[in-house]
Amino acid sequence: MSQNALLLLWLTCGLLTFAIRYSFIALEGHYRPPGWFIRWLPFVPIAALTAITVPELLLVAGQFDIGLGNPRFWAGLVAIAVAARWKNTLLTIGSGFAAFWLLNGLL
Amino acid sequence: MTPASAFLLGVRALLPMLLGVAPFGVIYGVVALQSGIPPLAAFLMSSLVFAGSAQFLLAQLVGAGAPALLMVGAVGLINLRHALYSASVAPVLAHLPRRWKLLLSYLLTDEAYAAAIPHLLAEPRSPQAHWILFGAGFALWFGWQLATLAGVLVGAQLPADLGLDFALPLTFIAIVVPLIDSRARLVAALVAGAVAVLLVALPYKTGLFAAALAGLSAGAFMQGRKAA
Repeated sequence: MSQNALLLLWLTCGLLTFAIRYSFIALEGHYRPPGWFIRWLPFVPIAALTAITVPELLLVAGQFDIGLGNPRFWAGLVAIAVAARWKNTLLTIGSGFAAFWLLNGLL
Repeated sequence: MTPASAFLLGVRALLPMLLGVAPFGVIYGVVALQSGIPPLAAFLMSSLVFAGSAQFLLAQLVGAGAPALLMVGAVGLINLRHALYSASVAPVLAHLPRRWKLLLSYLLTDEAYAAAIPHLLAEPRSPQAHWILFGAGFALWFGWQLATLAGVLVGAQLPADLGLDFALPLTFIAIVVPLIDSRARLVAALVAGAVAVLLVALPYKTGLFAAALAGLSAGAFMQGRKAA
């Protein structure tokens, strides 16, 4: 894609993101979202982000692989355990990378 | 509370989060360059889109040659969680002129919301409460611009075999795992992950949408059954 096409794409994505953030702030006083919508919203990031993440961990070049030849799977497990125990972003990313590099023999 | 002291309160509440955000911003810059995005466009994405995880995904999808419509849809799906923050802060901002609502909406990120909301809930009647959110939002915005600029500038010098693109799944793990505090949410994650793996062969990651929808439906169904 050309630089101008990329900037147009960023602008579109930015306007969409802004519209989402502005939505209920703009509607306040005019409209209350239905209860089911508010109850469903917390599932959106969980489902969307997990759908992106799991294939990155379980697949190597499109093939299912959870052997020792797939360091992303094992490093991902380490990160999941750290995230569940300490709920700390930096610690999760740091431990995941440490495990990943260790398994890759870079450390 | 004066506007200045409220602003500084917001800045101070956000500063510790920059420890996590700054390396993330640097890595974004590196990943964007490795996806073939020119340095200027990579940097400008940080102000035009201004959403960390969405910027990561967008950079990767550009690198994979995905269609533009799919990329816009994916960004919308990831950022839909911000509607929750919008609904949450809306009553506090209701009395403000529109220019304030526009500015604070642009700055309404995961981190700014998390840093400001305890103070907003503590002082919802304070006429200066919006300055707290502005302080937090501005501090994050400024830190993010600097960090991604650094990533774009040093990115070309870093070796590609560090596997820095692994930062994206790791960041999502850091966001999602702490959110899973009920059986319904665990089911949403497991179903979304399983369907995503099963449908991975579909072109341009379209299986991602089906997987997210399946996980969302499964989680909401579980929660509804519990409530009934």
